[in-house]
Amino acid sequence: MSHEFDIVVVGAGPAGLAAATAAAGMGRKVAVLDDNPHVGGQIWRAGAGKSAADRAREQAVAGLESSSAELFAGRQVVDASPGSLQAWVGAEQRLESFQFESLILATGARERFLPFPGWTLPGVFGAGGLQALVRGGYDVRGKRVVVSGTGPLLLAVAAHLKQDGAEIVAIAEQAPVSQLAGFGVTLLSRPGKILQGIRLRAELSGVPYRTGCWVVAAEGSGAVTGVRLTDGTQTWAERCDLLACGFHLVPNTELASLLGCRITETGVEVNAEQRTSVAGVYCAGEPTGVAGVDAATVQGRIAGLAAAGQSAAAASLYGKRDAEVKFGRAMSRAFALRAEVLKLAEPDTIVCRCEDVRFGDLEGNCVPRTGWTDAKLQTRCGMGPCQGRICGPALDALFGWRNASVRPPVFPIPIAALCSAPLYDSEVSIHEPQEISQ
Amino acid sequence: MPELNGTGRTVTVRVNGEPVTMPRGSMLVAALLNAGVECRVSVSGEPRTALCGMGICFECRANVDGVPQQRTCQIVCKDGMTVETQR
Amino acid sequence: MEMFDAVILGAGIVGAACAYECAASGLRVAVVEPGVPAGGASAAGMGHLVVMDDSPAQLALTHYSRDRWRELQDSLPAAVEFEECGTLWVAADDEEMQEVFAKRKTYGQRGIETEVLDERGLREAEPYLREGLAGALRVPNDAVIYPPAAAGHFLASAQRMGAKLLYGKRAVSAGKGKVVLEDSTRLGARHIVIATGTDVSLCPWVTVNRRKGHLAITDRYPGVLRHQLVELGYLKSAHSLTEDSVAFNVQPRKTGQLLIGSSRQYGDLSAQAEPHMLRRMLDRAVEYMPALSHLSVIRVWTGFRAATPDKLPLIGPTADSSVLLAMGFEGLGITQAPGVARLVLHHITKAEIALDPQPFLPSRVGAPEAMYA
Repeated sequence: MSHEFDIVVVGAGPAGLAAATAAAGMGRKVAVLDDNPHVGGQIWRAGAGKSAADRAREQAVAGLESSSAELFAGRQVVDASPGSLQAWVGAEQRLESFQFESLILATGARERFLPFPGWTLPGVFGAGGLQALVRGGYDVRGKRVVVSGTGPLLLAVAAHLKQDGAEIVAIAEQAPVSQLAGFGVTLLSRPGKILQGIRLRAELSGVPYRTGCWVVAAEGSGAVTGVRLTDGTQTWAERCDLLACGFHLVPNTELASLLGCRITETGVEVNAEQRTSVAGVYCAGEPTGVAGVDAATVQGRIAGLAAAGQSAAAASLYGKRDAEVKFGRAMSRAFALRAEVLKLAEPDTIVCRCEDVRFGDLEGNCVPRTGWTDAKLQTRCGMGPCQGRICGPALDALFGWRNASVRPPVFPIPIAALCSAPLYDSEVSIHEPQEISQ
Repeated sequence: MPELNGTGRTVTVRVNGEPVTMPRGSMLVAALLNAGVECRVSVSGEPRTALCGMGICFECRANVDGVPQQRTCQIVCKDGMTVETQR
Repeated sequence: MEMFDAVILGAGIVGAACAYECAASGLRVAVVEPGVPAGGASAAGMGHLVVMDDSPAQLALTHYSRDRWRELQDSLPAAVEFEECGTLWVAADDEEMQEVFAKRKTYGQRGIETEVLDERGLREAEPYLREGLAGALRVPNDAVIYPPAAAGHFLASAQRMGAKLLYGKRAVSAGKGKVVLEDSTRLGARHIVIATGTDVSLCPWVTVNRRKGHLAITDRYPGVLRHQLVELGYLKSAHSLTEDSVAFNVQPRKTGQLLIGSSRQYGDLSAQAEPHMLRRMLDRAVEYMPALSHLSVIRVWTGFRAATPDKLPLIGPTADSSVLLAMGFEGLGITQAPGVARLVLHHITKAEIALDPQPFLPSRVGAPEAMYA
């Protein structure tokens, strides 16, 4: 099945919704694709019911719905080139192709995970991860939760979990207060954000928020029963049922890489109009550099307007965009990783969860690893279904290894999608055996 | 607990044969988590469950309605849906 | 200038195995590798340890080598994932079933254990194959490994025995007892072993054609596949020197993942996966094993085999008394590596070997550079 549009937007989070609405508003034929069944991306994740009203999200979704842009939910992009892309429609088990003149990548960001002893135990989740799961119906009432790692997400997650009935035992922010103070000054220039911060603090009154503090290990047999925390001087234990641990965000640049866009340390390289180094391909929001929802929204709007040929209208937003991006970058600097959290893994700590590759395997024995490719080949690290999305940022942080090459399929896809043959019916399907023999 | 939506409807799925009732619109992984059932066993034999909540870690894979290796965090609960986890 | 008994050029599975054998027999060894060890064809292939009878010489070398792998198995680390799952050569119809019997006879003459499966026996052995296949030849002692880890193990072992590993270094000339690197370093070598895969820049008189192959690996589906399955048509595919072709070839991994091949293409092709070839290959696989279509593919990649015009590798001395070749293994580099290493050692030290080196000698090529006194 094939569709033709003027503009295709990949990602229906803040940037994607803004881009699609803006472009459609200028009369272009626009499609928005998202892997999820619901719009909103990660930061505006919908779920079993609405969380506390978020005016910005409602505005953005209403904007899209009242526009002429067409939404295609449940579409996972597996391959792309300038002019066309292939998406897998999981619910209908078929491949769909889209042809377009312009492509806007609004693929967002994902949480950065760093390995530490016990991080693979059931009960250890990402910070944003646990929030997403709770919004999806996970009942955390009465559960003792430790929230740790780094980033503005920690406070938001803790506040939401508390509203959802969890008992927040502690919030451990690894950044030292001196590093955060700089961010505090930047905050003073943005009253709206201070208000948000104050609201969060109020909801969290009584919850210990410790800076310069991090989890060194999750403990338990079969599931988490507690964590050990340190402030660099003292170490102590905290009983808990759940650990929500994430280290800020990293941009989702896989599609941009596949398309050949130039990518820097920060993210996908874009010019003032949010154009990438590849003609016809734009990028907006977190993939250009993690800077938060407000930066993503205005970047999306600029990309949508520029792709629709409205350069003047796009240019009128540059000032606001630059201010938001500057704020967002300051935020990332405030939450930079300290050396200690990069040294938590012990030799038997798992780094690649798909293939159970341990830290000791990666260090190599007598022959040191020469880089990502060598480590990957020798240990199979990064060769699992997540395609290095979880372990990649950790390897970058721990060893300075960066995975440069991205090949299709950029997401796992049924063989049927790559065949000529139609999908066979269920009588020849696989039934997973109850026991794993041998 | 997320508020039930206006109609207050629920759905019931079966997790390893046991019924689990969830608010309509819940994701299947939440049914597994609420039931205290791990999703899978890792390559070296560790029990694993969801990590990222957003469809990229692949830790939440289970057999859904007979189809193996489905990411349960991307599937909305439907009445009568069956999930079998790797044990 | 540092002096070595043997300088091995190329740290693929063959170079690695050569380094291991040479170091183990007390030679002073250096290995020179410009890229990532085992990063070429050794990383791209299937790691199938298989006895293959396209010719008597090939049968002898693959048999010898496969048995050498079996000898080594207990010393291989877990990361090598050695598994003696056996091969099933699948016959689609009665005509192919005749080939099964012929193969059994040929293998039997060399004492290689086989078993004939009829239609029912095949269904019992591999329930997910489609109905109506005539049968198969089961070769129980064939095995599978993960080649990069095997090469890594050989190289680490060689290093422990004194070998010097020079990674990220490219040789720009090799001959007359001397190897010169890009950074102008010179290495003295009584023997130089050229094991550079598809790169013939150091031996341009050698003809090696690149034959591109596609592979795909699935998510974990334990219990779906027990043996490596190869259609008998594979031999026709590997045999053809000119046509692009695909053949049904699937391998089980200990994790329950399935490795799916195979394809062969000619010409100066890029490393990009080609949707039309992938489609042909997967169509063929689904034809034999319909349930495959539901399985999730997590990665697709390509690799280049090094093929010689007469389909036999080049192993042995050249007109330059210091230069030995170990080149042109097509799709059998992994299987043959230990045997090749023993042949190379034989040429260097005159150590005895229960394998006839004659069919592989470079002198058969006829070029003046190949003729040794």
